[in-house]
Amino acid sequence: MDFYLGALLQGLCYSAIALGIYISMKIFNIPDITTDGSYTLGGVVTAILLTHHQPTYIILPAVIIAGAVAGALTGIIHTKLKINALLAGILVMTALYSVNLVLMGTSNLPLINVQSLFTLVHIAADANHNTFWILIFFVVILTLLIGYLLKTDFGIAMRATGNSESMIRSLGVNTDRMKIIGLALANALTAVSGYLISQLQGFTDISMGIGIVILGLGSVIIAETLISWLRITSVWLSLLLVLAGAIVFQMVLAITLDIGVDANLLKLVTAVFVLLIVSLPRITFKAK
Amino acid sequence: MIEIKNIHKIFNAGKANQVNAVNGISLDVTAGEFVVIVGANGSGKTTLLDMIAGSVLPNSGRIEIEGQNVTKLPDYRRSQWIARVFQNPMSGTASDLSILDNFRLAAIRTRPKGLTIGINETFKNQVKEKIATLGMGLENKIEQPMGTLSGGQRQALTLLMSVMDSCKVLLLDEPTAALDPRSAQLVMRTADELIKDYKLTAILITHNLKDAFNYGNRIILMGEGLIIKDLDAQRKAGLKQNDLFDWFN
Repeated sequence: MDFYLGALLQGLCYSAIALGIYISMKIFNIPDITTDGSYTLGGVVTAILLTHHQPTYIILPAVIIAGAVAGALTGIIHTKLKINALLAGILVMTALYSVNLVLMGTSNLPLINVQSLFTLVHIAADANHNTFWILIFFVVILTLLIGYLLKTDFGIAMRATGNSESMIRSLGVNTDRMKIIGLALANALTAVSGYLISQLQGFTDISMGIGIVILGLGSVIIAETLISWLRITSVWLSLLLVLAGAIVFQMVLAITLDIGVDANLLKLVTAVFVLLIVSLPRITFKAK
Repeated sequence: MIEIKNIHKIFNAGKANQVNAVNGISLDVTAGEFVVIVGANGSGKTTLLDMIAGSVLPNSGRIEIEGQNVTKLPDYRRSQWIARVFQNPMSGTASDLSILDNFRLAAIRTRPKGLTIGINETFKNQVKEKIATLGMGLENKIEQPMGTLSGGQRQALTLLMSVMDSCKVLLLDEPTAALDPRSAQLVMRTADELIKDYKLTAILITHNLKDAFNYGNRIILMGEGLIIKDLDAQRKAGLKQNDLFDWFN
C-alpha cells in the first residue's frame, strides 16, 4: 500500500506541472518544452538554498521567480524574435541544462539533514501522511489561485489569447505580452513541481527533468479527454480534472511497476499510455 | 474623425512576390459618416482597413484619429476608438469562451484587464438585455461557448460587443461574406441600427452591391490600391443601383 501512497504523493507533486502545462498547452495553445529545464531549475534552486541553510520562506518565491524567468525567456524569444514556440522552448531548455549544472556544481545534490518543507510542519505522526497533508494543502492553494486568476478579467483575456488572437487584439490586449506572462506563469508552476519533488525524493539530479513534459501533457490530455466527453465548460471542474489527471498518471505507472514490468520500460509505457489516451476518443468515434 | 494622408503599403518589397497593396491614399472621414468601400479583389480595401485598425502598419504616410497621430500605434492600442467586425466570424469572437466571457472582454475594450472578477449578476443581466434586442433567443444561452453558435449569430453578437464599451469608429470588413442571405440581411440591419443609435463613424467593405447601395452615406470605389471614385451623401443618393454594377464593367 505504501507503494501506491508514494505514487499518490508524486502525483500531487506533479499537479503543479500539470497546471502549468494546462496553461501553456490548453490556454495558450503553445507546446512548451522549456518545462524539462524549468522543472530541474526548480529542483536546483531548492537544493542550493536548502543546502546553504537559507530560511524556508524564501525558497518558494525564489523557485517561482527562477521558473518565471525561464518561461518569460521562451516567451520573449517566441514573440519578439518570431521564432517557433517549440524551437524557442527547446533552445531555453538546452541552455538551462548548462545553467543548472553550473548552479549546482555537481550532477546530483543530496538533501540529507536539511529542514525540508515536509519536515517543517507536523500534522500527522507518520512521515508519509504528514507529507500527504502538506501536499494537499499546497495543491488546494495553487488550484484556488489559478482558478481565481482564470475567472478574472485578466484570466478571460488570457484564455481568449490562445483562442482568437485577432479578436483579443482588437479588444485592446497586447498578445505578445500576454503570451510572455502566460509562459512565465506556466514555468513558474513547473518549477514548483521541481521544488516539491526534490524535497520529496531528498535530492536534486541534473537529469530529473528529462522527458518530464510528457508527464504534464499526459495529465492534461487525460483531463482534456474527459472535458470534451462530458462537455465541461466550468473552469473549476477543468482544473480538478487536470489534477486528477496528474494523479491517475502516476497511478498507472505504479500499477505498471507493481505487475512486474521492467522499470527500464517505464518511459515506453508512458509514451504508449499517452498515445492510447489521445487516440481513444478518435478510435471510438470511428467505430460509430 | 479619421484623417489619412498619402499612405502606402508594399508587401514583400523587393522580392518576386512584391505586392503594392495601397499606393498613396488620402482620405478624410468625418464623425458620423458611414463609408462604404467597394472594389475588386486585390484593390487594397482590406489593407486600407487593416491600416486604420493598426493590424497592418503603413510603409509611409500618416493616420490620425480624432486629431491624434496613430500611424505607429499597434492595433491593441487603437481599440480605445475602434471596434471591428471581421469577415470570418471566428476572428471576431473566441469560440471556446462563453458568450458571457466574450461580452465581458468587449465591455472592457478600452480599459486594462485587471485581476478582479468582473462578471456578476448585474453584468449578466446587462448582457442578457442587450442580446435580447437581437430577437434570436440567445439571451438564455449566455453560458454557452461561442463556438456552438452559427456564423450569423456570431457576427450579430460581434456587432453588439462593439458597443459594449465606448466606441467611436466601427470597421466592418465584409461582415456578411460568410453568411446565408437571411443572416446577412439581419447582420446588416443590426449594424445600420447600431451605427445610427450610437452615432458611430463606420467603414464597411462589401462585395454586395445591394448593401453598398442601401447602406451608408458615402461610397468609395477602390482599384489598384487607389481611390477611383468617392461620392458624398448627396451624390450617393443620386446614384442608381445599376450605376454601381457599371463600375465593375
